[in-house]
Amino acid sequence: MAHQDDIALMAHLMRRAGFGAGRDELEARVAKGYEATVEELLHPETQPPVDAYTLLRYQPASLLPGGQPPMGNVNWMYYLVNTKRPLEEKMALFWHHVFATGNSKVDNYDQLLEQIQLFREKGMGNYRDLLLTVAKNPTMIFWLDNQQNHGTAVNENWGRELLELFSLGAGNYTEKDVRECSRAFTGWTFETKIPRAPYGRFPWKFEYRPEDHDDGEKEFLGHKGRFNGEDIIDIVVHQPACGKFICRHLYNFFVADEPQVPAWPIEAPQDQKAIDTLVGAFRDAKFDMKPVLRVLFNSDFFKNARFKHMKSPAEVVVSTLRLVGGHELPKPGIGELSMQPTYMGQDLLNPPSVEGWHTGKEWINSGSLMARVNFVAEKIGDTSLPGVQAIINRLKERGSLSPEQLVDGCLDQIGPVEVGADTKQELLSQAKEWGQIAWDSASNAKIADQHAAEMLQLIVATREYQFG
Amino acid sequence: MPEAQTTQKDPVIVVLQLTGGNDYLNTVIPYNNPLYRDNRKAVGIPDNQIMHLDKDYGIPHYMAPLKQFWDDKKLAILHGVGWKESPRSHFRAMDIWHTCEPIKVGTEGWLGRVAREFDPKKENVVTTVSFGPSLPRSLAVPGVPVACVGGPLEKYGFLPTIQGEQRKQVLERFAAMYKPAIGTGAVMDYMADTGIDSLKGEDILKVAPQKYSSTVQYPNTPIARKLKGIAQTHLADLGSRIFYCDHSTFDTHAGQNPGHQNLWTAVTEGVDAFMKDLREHNHADNVILLMFSEFGRRVRDNGSGTDHGAGGVAFVLGEKVKGGHYGEMPSLKPEHLVQGDLDPNMDFRSVYSTILDKWLKLNPAPIVNGTFEQPAFLH
Repeated sequence: MAHQDDIALMAHLMRRAGFGAGRDELEARVAKGYEATVEELLHPETQPPVDAYTLLRYQPASLLPGGQPPMGNVNWMYYLVNTKRPLEEKMALFWHHVFATGNSKVDNYDQLLEQIQLFREKGMGNYRDLLLTVAKNPTMIFWLDNQQNHGTAVNENWGRELLELFSLGAGNYTEKDVRECSRAFTGWTFETKIPRAPYGRFPWKFEYRPEDHDDGEKEFLGHKGRFNGEDIIDIVVHQPACGKFICRHLYNFFVADEPQVPAWPIEAPQDQKAIDTLVGAFRDAKFDMKPVLRVLFNSDFFKNARFKHMKSPAEVVVSTLRLVGGHELPKPGIGELSMQPTYMGQDLLNPPSVEGWHTGKEWINSGSLMARVNFVAEKIGDTSLPGVQAIINRLKERGSLSPEQLVDGCLDQIGPVEVGADTKQELLSQAKEWGQIAWDSASNAKIADQHAAEMLQLIVATREYQFG
Repeated sequence: MPEAQTTQKDPVIVVLQLTGGNDYLNTVIPYNNPLYRDNRKAVGIPDNQIMHLDKDYGIPHYMAPLKQFWDDKKLAILHGVGWKESPRSHFRAMDIWHTCEPIKVGTEGWLGRVAREFDPKKENVVTTVSFGPSLPRSLAVPGVPVACVGGPLEKYGFLPTIQGEQRKQVLERFAAMYKPAIGTGAVMDYMADTGIDSLKGEDILKVAPQKYSSTVQYPNTPIARKLKGIAQTHLADLGSRIFYCDHSTFDTHAGQNPGHQNLWTAVTEGVDAFMKDLREHNHADNVILLMFSEFGRRVRDNGSGTDHGAGGVAFVLGEKVKGGHYGEMPSLKPEHLVQGDLDPNMDFRSVYSTILDKWLKLNPAPIVNGTFEQPAFLH
């Protein structure tokens, strides 16, 4: 038997670097070791990819979902629920938070999913390469209008967001830098789109048009030259502000909730030392993300940050579906299932704007709290699902449970989850109403199953459970 | 009970946020100003598509429903709103509008402060109702309840799958678990309040769609659905005083003309249906509607759209609004522009101050963090 502390730490790692894990998986990983698990997560190529064929066999419409939300979301949700490479998928979600691109304007989930695939492939690689690839990503170009950024008529949308939201953060450049940056990206566009009729949508492709590029001299962040877009990216990634900005994003996403991004120029990080450590790793690795993530997951500041992060709606939904099981195959109803994060305030592939989502505490309001509690409680209360059965099977190994044992057992098996003394008292009061439960006869077992499921439902409805 | 404290005469404010930075110059068009044509070669509204309000200004044809409000003198146009040093970042600009804190990061939303004034003892958890999936900063003040309705009003509630005798017991347990406990931190307290208030709000709000009937047909758009939810709640006389909704995205960097047309068609048709609905039920007199955006857009277009700007326009409409122009459109002359943008000449907190003082009967200074001139757009 693995030690309880090791299980709790591994559960923490898997919640953050992935989307949680059931008890069997946690025990296997503890046997393998913490650092070895981190290495496995950092090397997704050692694990099999998601079987996309099965998705297409059951949901052919998810191959080219066009502009339809449910099918676009089904595609990504299938990957999120089934991946054996949780950190690869988590990094795709991380970059989706940063490079927030939305269907409200793109109106093309095929292209948005292609961008997510790009994040899967390059999300743990070099940040400079990622930024350059994103700059050439036709979905991003269209989202931020760079196809309208001409040598003779500058459009600042991409240029501004590159600096404000994708690399440096507000306050680290001037309005003139925005202008000059935008000039450098003139002529970065995509090939003329092939009309949709009669054969459907065609993939978009990057195109550089030298005749539309402003080749004149530019003055950008103290540098002078006839810069093109790639030069700008090289200047940007070497700015001290860049490492600080990206590492604060990592901290906010993986470690503990920070203030909202617009407050960053004004409010200092809650753990400056942790940010400095990450920034150092980012610089030493010449912008390679993998060594930064290795430092992060192996650090004490990470290990000590349990339950200091409000689960995002995507984390709530995906971790629930992975825990309860039974949703691996894309069954009827998966369209509705894939829209669940939307109901909780996070419409995947369709953020409210290029600024992405407000995170942490701001995930919670009366409507979203209801949506979270209702969804998770419905799933965890369904004793026909294999993951719920697995939890109950472990509980009933003891034969019968006192109210205290029921509460402790459920809190342990579903996490382990830590709750406050007052919350625990309420759970206990409820369990005491049921008294001792036992699986000693068929009729008692039925009641015991039901009470175990109800206890799990009450636990997922707690405030504490909203943190991960 | 809420009904006892408030009557349907109490003033109500509805805020419709135009998210993304609405283009002022194509919304209230200075059609005689040659500089408008000079700067708007690509996205200028052709003369034959402008509905004249008077000899200086017009609105694009796709905002037609607003013309009637103007003719009835129920539409106030607030020119040049914004503030000095307005940032070109959506994020930051919206935050400033929400919190009235242009320098530091504010923690209290201006309407949240209003709600606290209205209901300091938190007796009515539906004093503020927001329609949309997230909680706007303008409504957020620690300890002040906001009912956020993300989907249909009918489905608002906790644990709907648990029904019958057991439901009462489970919801009581839920309430007990959400009791604030000392020393658990601000976020846990916030969640405690949210949980308890939602539980109370559920019973109150569910009544609204059941009581509602109307001959008004709302268009099938997201903004019209939100406005209909607001109408249902307002008509149910639940004591709600502040309503919030938004429509997006007005961030028209490219392909502006069709985009701006779709956006404003949806908004103006929705608002028109909403006001008709309230009038039909004799519930319009105590409502004003404020429409604002975080900034205006650049004077010169970029070939197919417009980039982030500064000075913008806000609208207030309602039965008790004194229709007309307030303030002046900032000069379009190149030497008067700030980095190519209209120089804001009416502080947005002025607009709030009039609403607070003349409509909601509250002292504006502590809510907007200062004393500002009050354009007289209310009777």
